[in-house]
Amino acid sequence: MSSLGHVLVLAGGLSYEREVSLRSGRRVAEVLRSKGVEVETRDTDASLVPSILADPPDAVFVTLHGGSGEDGAIRSVLELLSVPYVGAGPDACRVAYDKPTAKAVVRDWGLRTPDSVTLPKETFHDLGASAVLARIVDRLGLPLFVKPSRGGSALGASIVRKAEELPAAMVGCFAYGDTALIEKYIEGVEVAVSVVDLGDGPVALPPVEIVPDEGVYDYAARYTAGHTEFFAPARLRPEVAESCLAMAVTAHEALGLRDVSRTDIIVDADGNPYFLEVNVAPGMTETSLLPMAAEAADRDLGTLCTRLLEIAASRG
Amino acid sequence: MTGEQDHGRTTATHGSRIDAYVDRYAARATGMVASEVRALFAVASRPEVVSLAGGMPYVTALPLDVVGELVADLVARRGPVALQYGSGQGDPHLREQICEVMRLEGIEAGPDDVVVTVGSQQALDLITRIFIDPGDVVLAEGPSYVGALGTFAAYQANVVHVAMDDDGLVPEALAEAIEACARDGRRVKFLYTIPNFQNPAGVTLSAERRRRVLEICRRAGVLVVEDNPYGLLGFDAEPLRALRAEDPDGVVYLGSFSKTLAPGFRVGWALAPHAVRDKLILAMESAVLSHSTFTQLAVGRYLETQPWREQIKAFRELYRERRDAMLDALQNLMPPGCTWTRPAGGFFVWMTVPEGLDSKALLPRAVAARVAFVPGTGFYADGQGARQMRLSFCYPEPDRIKEGVRRLAGVIEQELEVRDLFGTGHGRHRPGVDTPGPDLA
Repeated sequence: MSSLGHVLVLAGGLSYEREVSLRSGRRVAEVLRSKGVEVETRDTDASLVPSILADPPDAVFVTLHGGSGEDGAIRSVLELLSVPYVGAGPDACRVAYDKPTAKAVVRDWGLRTPDSVTLPKETFHDLGASAVLARIVDRLGLPLFVKPSRGGSALGASIVRKAEELPAAMVGCFAYGDTALIEKYIEGVEVAVSVVDLGDGPVALPPVEIVPDEGVYDYAARYTAGHTEFFAPARLRPEVAESCLAMAVTAHEALGLRDVSRTDIIVDADGNPYFLEVNVAPGMTETSLLPMAAEAADRDLGTLCTRLLEIAASRG
Repeated sequence: MTGEQDHGRTTATHGSRIDAYVDRYAARATGMVASEVRALFAVASRPEVVSLAGGMPYVTALPLDVVGELVADLVARRGPVALQYGSGQGDPHLREQICEVMRLEGIEAGPDDVVVTVGSQQALDLITRIFIDPGDVVLAEGPSYVGALGTFAAYQANVVHVAMDDDGLVPEALAEAIEACARDGRRVKFLYTIPNFQNPAGVTLSAERRRRVLEICRRAGVLVVEDNPYGLLGFDAEPLRALRAEDPDGVVYLGSFSKTLAPGFRVGWALAPHAVRDKLILAMESAVLSHSTFTQLAVGRYLETQPWREQIKAFRELYRERRDAMLDALQNLMPPGCTWTRPAGGFFVWMTVPEGLDSKALLPRAVAARVAFVPGTGFYADGQGARQMRLSFCYPEPDRIKEGVRRLAGVIEQELEVRDLFGTGHGRHRPGVDTPGPDLA
């Protein structure tokens, strides 16, 4: 039985990932209840602050994906309210959530990450799109991967295999955000490594390998059960798996993250892992990667979530 | 393991697919996948967002206290009947009352030919079930009601769209479509049409065209399925005579109390030629045994004791004000190049955005600007509709409608800038279910 009194699971929000967040929140609440924890689930609306002030929870589990859940905003508010929560603080979130910034930080720590260029929409506006796009293709080569600099669930992301596909990919990306991260696309094995810190330092859970049926891990492949095959642990040679785990732990430390994170990696044909991005509020749905990794490690998700909340609560 | 091209992998084993039954679903479940667009609609349900996406009737305008008393009285006085199974065809008294409602649109019919269904949506399902074999052709207006297209897809029908203009279905296009199917040896089973204030286009089939459409279908031996949920919600004139009023043998008529009373009762009906009716009753019984006796009797009591014609009139006034608010706002705020229909009733305006824009690609930006609509592709079975969107005026108050249109206009202007910047729209989408759930549809 946990020492926790009542805890709050935050889910929903106004980001594009609201639906996923609601599913994550339901799952976390369910596994916590199975451990006897008293759980309340709330959306982020005008009633949130008054309700926390009226009855402060022992700790908060933030399952808000995208937007204010990952950019540090909600965590700043929780700090203002002196309510402990699971996960990284606002400053670390801000850095980690901005993919180009996170790439720059981990590169400084010696991690490999695909070459890329980050450009806001205004730059194309000021300088003319075609000249800039042509230069990008010349410099980075093809294929490319275009995604919004912030956000998740592959929304607005696409692979560009021919130069003439790039403008449409940019339009698709700018539908979801005003800054685009254009990366050299590494053909390889997609792997996600979750990191948890249960008080003894960050530890990587087994890597999960992702094999979408249609080759692309897009929104449908992520959230339709059966459309993607997962291998947990990933089918990697031990030394390659080890380097993926080390990469995730290094990213967690480099970015100053706390309690939990998930690093998305691609392993190229030679077995070299590349850092793609890190998530400070990893998905917790039935088709999400952290719960799969926990299962592969024989860790009960309810126990894990409870322990993370206890650690948060003890920070006070 | 050897070689440099193995991605650092060990020998393959079987992975997990989360869903243990993934290889056992029927072919018709193939399109049932998670979709980005549906995810965006999750945000649209928040109060900050002006939803021009939903087709929900404004039930708040009903005298809810009166409805409450009526329901309580029903349980108190007729509980043992209301809470019992009923007949597959539906409550006989309600069927008589339904005939009275249909008389407003010129239909003369007896209660024996009416089958009460779970909304007209179930009538549509039953009709499709008894007529369609996989691959059979259903003719439908382009665009057409998303819920109907979903039903047709579930029975693996092949939908052929027929063009519309401001006067509704184009008879020449209908004749051509029937001929083309005949030439290709494809069997056309029925024409599905929403003649009044069509969902999503908002247009109405003119009186003159009604005769021609019926004549074309009669000659070709094609049954007409007339879906008429909005017929009594005209703003400017008396209801037109129903297609069924002109051709009792060639038309199955679908009606509903969802818009004239409340969708929560789930009471709709089908009026069909005798032989079809008999099959519908059997299909109904095999699907759900019987409709809810409770809600049928509640609707019956409402019709019996309340001034329902006046209530419909009140709904008409309310929706007319909202339609006017939307048309005014569109006129004042939309950038050049946008065009839209001007509905004389019902719930919906159908808007076309300028060349090079894609309404589905606009949706994330719209949601970020706190306004939602339904992209046009959901209303076609064949991928058309990329430049169209459905805007509904039934649910938000007039001021909110104006605010929603203002936000949407801003989004379209931004998207025009992006189009001009990159010289292209965003045209790559995964096919599949991409419309909101029933509480938003």
